[in-house]
Amino acid sequence: MPQEHIEEYLEAIFDIAGKDGTAKTSEIAEHLKNAPASVTEVFQRMKKKGLVRYESHKGVSLTTKGYKAAVKLKRKHRLLEVFLDKMLHLPQENIHEQACKMEHTLSDETEIALCKTLKGPTQCPHGSPIPPCNLEVKNCQECLSEQNLSLEKREKDIVAITSLKHGEKAKIVFVRGGGGVMQRLCDLGLTNGTIVSINRTAPMNGPLEICVRGCKLVIGKGIAEKIFVQKT
Amino acid sequence: MKADLVIALAGNANVGKSSIFNQLTGLGQIIGNWPGKTVEKAEGMLLHHGKHINIIDLPGIYSLSTYSQEEIISREYIARGNPDVVVNVVDATSLERNLFFTLQLLEMGTPLVIALNLVDAAKKKGITINEKRLQKLLNTPVVPTIATKGIGVHEIVDNAIIQATRHQPTDKNTIRYGPEIETRIEKLERVLTGVELGYPLRWTAIKLLEGDSEIVNKVNEKDPTVVVAANILAGEISEIHKEPCSTVITSERYAVAARIVKEVQTFKESEKPSMSERLDSLSMHSVGGYILMFTIMLSILIFMSLFGGWFSETIQNLFESFNPHLTGVWPDLFWNGGVVGLYATLSVALGFILPFYLILGFLEDSGYLPKIAYLMDRPCHTIGLHGKACIPLMLAFGCNVPACVGCRIMETKRDRFIAIFLSTLVPCSARTVVILGLVGAYVGVQWALLLYIFDFALIFLIGRILNRFLPGVSIGIIMEMPSYRLPSGKVILKQAWNRFKPFLITALPLIILGSIIIETMRITDVLSLVSNALSPVTVVWLGLPAFTGFLFIFGILRKEASLILLMTAAGTGDIRSAMSPAQMIVFALVIMIYVPCVATIAALVREIGWKKAGLITLTEIGLAMFIGGLAYRLLILFI
Repeated sequence: MPQEHIEEYLEAIFDIAGKDGTAKTSEIAEHLKNAPASVTEVFQRMKKKGLVRYESHKGVSLTTKGYKAAVKLKRKHRLLEVFLDKMLHLPQENIHEQACKMEHTLSDETEIALCKTLKGPTQCPHGSPIPPCNLEVKNCQECLSEQNLSLEKREKDIVAITSLKHGEKAKIVFVRGGGGVMQRLCDLGLTNGTIVSINRTAPMNGPLEICVRGCKLVIGKGIAEKIFVQKT
Repeated sequence: MKADLVIALAGNANVGKSSIFNQLTGLGQIIGNWPGKTVEKAEGMLLHHGKHINIIDLPGIYSLSTYSQEEIISREYIARGNPDVVVNVVDATSLERNLFFTLQLLEMGTPLVIALNLVDAAKKKGITINEKRLQKLLNTPVVPTIATKGIGVHEIVDNAIIQATRHQPTDKNTIRYGPEIETRIEKLERVLTGVELGYPLRWTAIKLLEGDSEIVNKVNEKDPTVVVAANILAGEISEIHKEPCSTVITSERYAVAARIVKEVQTFKESEKPSMSERLDSLSMHSVGGYILMFTIMLSILIFMSLFGGWFSETIQNLFESFNPHLTGVWPDLFWNGGVVGLYATLSVALGFILPFYLILGFLEDSGYLPKIAYLMDRPCHTIGLHGKACIPLMLAFGCNVPACVGCRIMETKRDRFIAIFLSTLVPCSARTVVILGLVGAYVGVQWALLLYIFDFALIFLIGRILNRFLPGVSIGIIMEMPSYRLPSGKVILKQAWNRFKPFLITALPLIILGSIIIETMRITDVLSLVSNALSPVTVVWLGLPAFTGFLFIFGILRKEASLILLMTAAGTGDIRSAMSPAQMIVFALVIMIYVPCVATIAALVREIGWKKAGLITLTEIGLAMFIGGLAYRLLILFI
């Protein structure tokens, strides 16, 4: 089975899985327009590779390995979309499909070069957040200012604050984005290294209530997606 | 009168500045449990041991790097050196974040007194603060206070007087940054010498390094080379720390704040969740929260409708039982003009407006409004706003004027314009009077409810249109979430009275005068002249009785007046004899939309200028006429 095929599945599970991290076989089948039987077969193979957890009655969920791979693909896909849109000025309706095909052959080296050339974009043209890279840098500024970057990988996982579970504590690593909003978050105490936790989330992509320095703050989802944390 | 001393109250949002202000001055600055209710500075006088002291209440501010418009007001006032002493009101329940601002004030070198407020709430949370130690660390007087009970407020003034008379070297108290930053601040100070801005030198240098746009612009006008130098120095700092320079400075300030808190505060976490937290998990629940919100809104509406209807009928019957039923010009003028006008006003004021202000005061003081902002943030995005806009929109139910001013909490011009436009469409208490007092009382509560639903749909639709055609997107909500607290009955009563007083002073005489004018015009037949002139719109297009033309004109002054005058114009006080149910609905519908009242138009002009105020007014007139005519043609098919 081609790698490309498996990668499509990884992305599909990543997109469809709900809060508990699982997706139903039927949903995946519908999404990829494949027969449920062949979907099940692919799941079994992915399970052997350690990419997913799969039990026929419970549905499918990504393992840490699978999750990392999926995030990486999403990153490549969205970076490519920005590239096709901003640099090549391709029509909006074509860029998603193009990026879908290109993402599978994009090397990590090209991915980093692309990110630097595009000056560390935070969102794809459709408004979805671009996951951060896993380089040993504090933030995008450092990466952009340094010429000879050592391409070491990060030891620990860095995720957007939105992917924390309720009550889980994490340390802020960096806040992406510019000017006013970033400064305001800093002023409210969300400086790098600060411990934060999520109290609750409003439904339908609503805002988050977070706890920081003994205060409760409400932060919109769009802004929260730019706050990156390391689980403690 | 010239004041002996000027004291400014400054600090984070929702820490009790206005409460202290009210305690000291005896004035009625509106207070409430949500961040951002004070958007304009207020002034009051206090006579303290023979000294005339001017107290200034400033809007809440988190940082001197300002973010929204009301914060700029505060910063300008503090930074320009107007006050003799700044009283920094600090929330004892979240000391660390509050101290972050205190450190910035110390940096500016203004004489300072710290009011450690809400010590009672902190104690309940298990937080104790060693204020002696804090005082020593900051080298600034610290006064523990409970503003709502008036505890400690006069000690603040005593300390402020001492601080003002004591000569202070300006930067003795300021925090010191790392050496790599300090050397660059010094360099920049040297370059800055001679560029006179009216701010302290060290502070200006730090602000330049932080890239504060206001300060950068001001310095740029005087000497652009300074800005270039600042950029180079800031670049060097961010090169060392691999972070933007402003973030580096902010982080250092927070590190100092955290260190101080560690030294002065002990925190014993209670085992079971507090009442406020338990209420949070209900009122902010993904499903339950929305159900609760709708239930609250609906019950308020139904209660208001039933109570107001019952009350105005009782008052009417009471007065009519004294009706001598005399005929002739003078008795007519006296009874139909004066007395009917008076009791109609009384019934409206005491039946609808006062109870509503009491309910609104309760919602404000309890801290429920920010929960609505949280719940409604996502829906607000579809109309181009974020959740914070719900707060002025909720206030608009009371009166559109403070709502328009309150929209200053919106961060961008675009968000503010949309929020203001939509606020003027929210049925305020005056329009509620017309909807509930006319349609609710004479046609049926379900029709009144339908009018509300229609209005909300209209607000939503216009929001969508504005969102579609105004460039830009809303940046999203960043808001502090206050804890619930039990509102004080005294404060709510006082607040309702403060809001109600203008109604009695300006509206009551105006309405009674209006009733007498209408009655005179009716007797002298001038009314029919005016009405006939407007009849192509009122009679032909809207299908209303001719005399309503005058009511629409008068309604521009005060919308509730249109209902009261309708009672007068109908002659007997019973409206049913003068209007059909369909006509009542159309009348209420048009009154609801047709134009913001004079006071609101004035507020609009002040907030967003003539052009935009005119645009909103004309759009609403056009809409009201269009919808009103359409509604009439539809309604006569059904009722």
